[in-house]
Amino acid sequence: MQKKAGKADGLLLLTVLFLAGFGLLVLYSMSAYNGRVRFGDDAYYFKKQLFAMLLGFGLMYGIARLDYHTLERFAVPAYLISLVLSGAVLLFGDAYNGSRRWLSIGPLSFQPAEYAKPAVILLLASAVSRMQGKRGWWRSAAVFALVLPIVGLVGTNNLSTAVIILGIAGILLFISNPRYLPFLWMLLAGSGFLGIFLSLEAYRLERVAIWQHPEQYEKGYQTMQGLYAIGSGGLFGRGIGNSIQKLGFVPEAQNDMIFSVICEEMGLFGAWFLMLLFAVLLWRFMAIATHTADLFGALIVAGIMGHIAIQVILNIAVVTNTIPNTGITLPFVSYGGTSMLFLLAEMGLALSVSRYSQL
Amino acid sequence: MVLVFAASLLALVLLGVRLGKLMLADSGYYAKLAEDLHERERPIKAARGRILDRNGEVLADNRTVCTISVIHSQITEPERVIEVLTKELGLDEATVQKKVEKVSSMEWIQKNVEKEVGDRIRSYGLSGVKVDEDYRRYYPYGDMASKVLGFTGGDNQGIIGLEVEYESILEGIPGQILALTDARGIELTGAGESRRDPIAGKDLVISLDYNIQQYAEQAARQVMEEKQADSVSILIMNPKNGEIYAMTNMPEFDLNEPFTLLPEYTGIAEKQDALNQMWRNGCINDTYEPGSTFKIITASAGLEAGVVTLNDTFSCPGYRIVEDRRIRCHKVAGHGAETFLQAAQNSCNPVFIDVGLRLGVDRYFSYFHQFGLSKKTGIDLPGEAATIMHKKENVGQVELATISFGQSFQITPVQLIATVSSLINGGTRVVPHFGLQARDTSGALTQIFSYPEGERILSEQTSETLRYVLEQVVDGGSGKNAYIEGYRIGGKTATSETLPRSANKYISSFIGFAPADDPQVIALCVINNPQGLYYGGLIAAPVVKGIFENILPYLGIEKAIPLAETEK
Repeated sequence: MQKKAGKADGLLLLTVLFLAGFGLLVLYSMSAYNGRVRFGDDAYYFKKQLFAMLLGFGLMYGIARLDYHTLERFAVPAYLISLVLSGAVLLFGDAYNGSRRWLSIGPLSFQPAEYAKPAVILLLASAVSRMQGKRGWWRSAAVFALVLPIVGLVGTNNLSTAVIILGIAGILLFISNPRYLPFLWMLLAGSGFLGIFLSLEAYRLERVAIWQHPEQYEKGYQTMQGLYAIGSGGLFGRGIGNSIQKLGFVPEAQNDMIFSVICEEMGLFGAWFLMLLFAVLLWRFMAIATHTADLFGALIVAGIMGHIAIQVILNIAVVTNTIPNTGITLPFVSYGGTSMLFLLAEMGLALSVSRYSQL
Repeated sequence: MVLVFAASLLALVLLGVRLGKLMLADSGYYAKLAEDLHERERPIKAARGRILDRNGEVLADNRTVCTISVIHSQITEPERVIEVLTKELGLDEATVQKKVEKVSSMEWIQKNVEKEVGDRIRSYGLSGVKVDEDYRRYYPYGDMASKVLGFTGGDNQGIIGLEVEYESILEGIPGQILALTDARGIELTGAGESRRDPIAGKDLVISLDYNIQQYAEQAARQVMEEKQADSVSILIMNPKNGEIYAMTNMPEFDLNEPFTLLPEYTGIAEKQDALNQMWRNGCINDTYEPGSTFKIITASAGLEAGVVTLNDTFSCPGYRIVEDRRIRCHKVAGHGAETFLQAAQNSCNPVFIDVGLRLGVDRYFSYFHQFGLSKKTGIDLPGEAATIMHKKENVGQVELATISFGQSFQITPVQLIATVSSLINGGTRVVPHFGLQARDTSGALTQIFSYPEGERILSEQTSETLRYVLEQVVDGGSGKNAYIEGYRIGGKTATSETLPRSANKYISSFIGFAPADDPQVIALCVINNPQGLYYGGLIAAPVVKGIFENILPYLGIEKAIPLAETEK
């Protein structure tokens, strides 16, 4: 079933390069103040991100050159490694901002949860494509059984990533299943589960209360500061580099809340433009996936699309206080070396698949 | 697949719409909140209004002073900055160096620097050196009317006196410089400042007359030295409308150095107590037993009630027995047979006891109240003391007898002069006051202060009789030392012994007014604990005479040829 490899999807590559460049520029602007205050170096965050990005481009190029079918062999070992790393981080991880999420190797630090995402995509793409013809419910059960260990391990200290992984699994099942009805039940069950989950612990309910009235809670500070930044932007923003909210008002402006500062500096049009870029990215994924005859390849790209879509939508929804606050980063823009590295690796995968699609 | 993409796209579009709402519709709300968060206000002091006397003489003024500070990040030539600031401000070089080299957003070098020095520093054109102008209260006449004017504190707010009472007129509205800051409060350079200019306070025009105040202070200082008195208070006012021309309480303190104790007060242990003592305005904050000057009130009540006439005859054996008590007259041998007019001239205690007893407790208290003695005068100075009087139900014949000649209760000097003014001015109660007008910086009138219309407390006729009686006191009675050739002066002396009586401390006083037939000025002199001779007629009356000799011509009050019936 292997075909001769064609050219990679140029528009996808262009969009990725543009997004990455845009993200780096924005990150420099957002993080300069925090870098100066904490490390005496405006470019502190920028340099680290640039390093991860260059590494990521190398990885992307390498993977894009590969025939993605050869990767199927590594799906299970890669997944097992992610389990080991996620377990290790619980035992030996470094805490930063109160969460134990980093593994240090010499001067480098590494976030296993970010690695787990492409590993899960690869594993599920492989598994689901092999279970073609099995009954829908059986397939669903098998898929959830596969991701449960990693969701459990990651979820103990990084709930947001666990939710993303679950979401990716759900999307892959949805795509591979011709029937929609079961997913309605799944959606309902998921909502019910979420409700119980939230009410189980008081602090989660508190989050909901903060979401509704962020101005009344001390913990609503981050949300309010984000809203201040957004509201200060207007149509065209204050201009790049001119944000005031990033000057220590929005906590960790270079991380989860970076989109709010983009709004402040570039205005509504800048923010819409960035969202448009993401839409183009998703559209390319859809185009590639639908034009790939090979189910494994199509599912890989679908998984990547699910990953990007979930993170972008949830991040913007959090920043605009549309949903309760949870720590999800904005792909290609938020600060985070591991995230950047593996996002670019995923782009490499998608590009590789695109070479075999009939676009 | 397409469905997932479509759902994602829909979600993105919805978020885009929500973003549009946040950034356009709600942007005003959030931007305002953000602005409040980023802006830091630097207040600009408003110039405080001046205090002017009735003729426009400036009694309290503002002087421009400078605050010198350095902004570390803007300094380009630190050595030169240190050298210049050390030289111009006369500071220790090490101190200046430490401040200049300190890494901070802004460092104060010195406050309250004279304007000329500030201008000189500015003329060097050193970058990073800021010279901010500021105002400081300045009193051109130092200690003149110190307890009346009062002074201001570090933030230019009034602490005592008129400075407190008229704070809202004088203070003005501070301006603001709004600057943007980061989360640590450091100002952002180049972010632009918005400025709201301060609005200067209003000038206050008071009834005090600089010249009369000077005469009064000179006279008070002189008698205080001669008699080595503890303190001397002099009050001069217009008995018709209550405008106070002068109010002094010797010793006066320097308003430009209000926290420096005068030698008289250095003996007090707590510095704050000593300062409070020094700042006290005896004319209104302290009460005393008025003594014989209060016979004016007894006479008014007796004449008004018709229990006595000028020609009623009395007899004074040198004492009067009231119930079981023998109350002495100051003249031990007694005044013998005398009319009421003569008794007033003699300041004869037994006669006034008789008048008081004829009135009885009820009527006496009703006049006491009617004359306004049970209330405060309402003077526009803070801290006026209330009258300390017996409760009516506790007053028996003995108490009534002592009240009748001004003992066993206490009033403030300002209460006495306000009440006597009201009794002799034709019988309408006046509110003693300083505040006349407020004017803006261009000199335009913005407010005229009004005082309650005086209510009638005594009939015109009795008032006239009273003036006649008091003129007789000066014309040949106990107040003769206040007599000035060619002027018609009325008055009454008093000598009261302070409590405890065993201490042999006295308060001598004299209250006098002129012209006796149409009073235009009234003066009260109270000498606290004089040494040697202590009779009010001997030491206080000449003080008022001396003042009148100077101020009657100044006020344009002409000498009158004495009329025949006023000659004794």
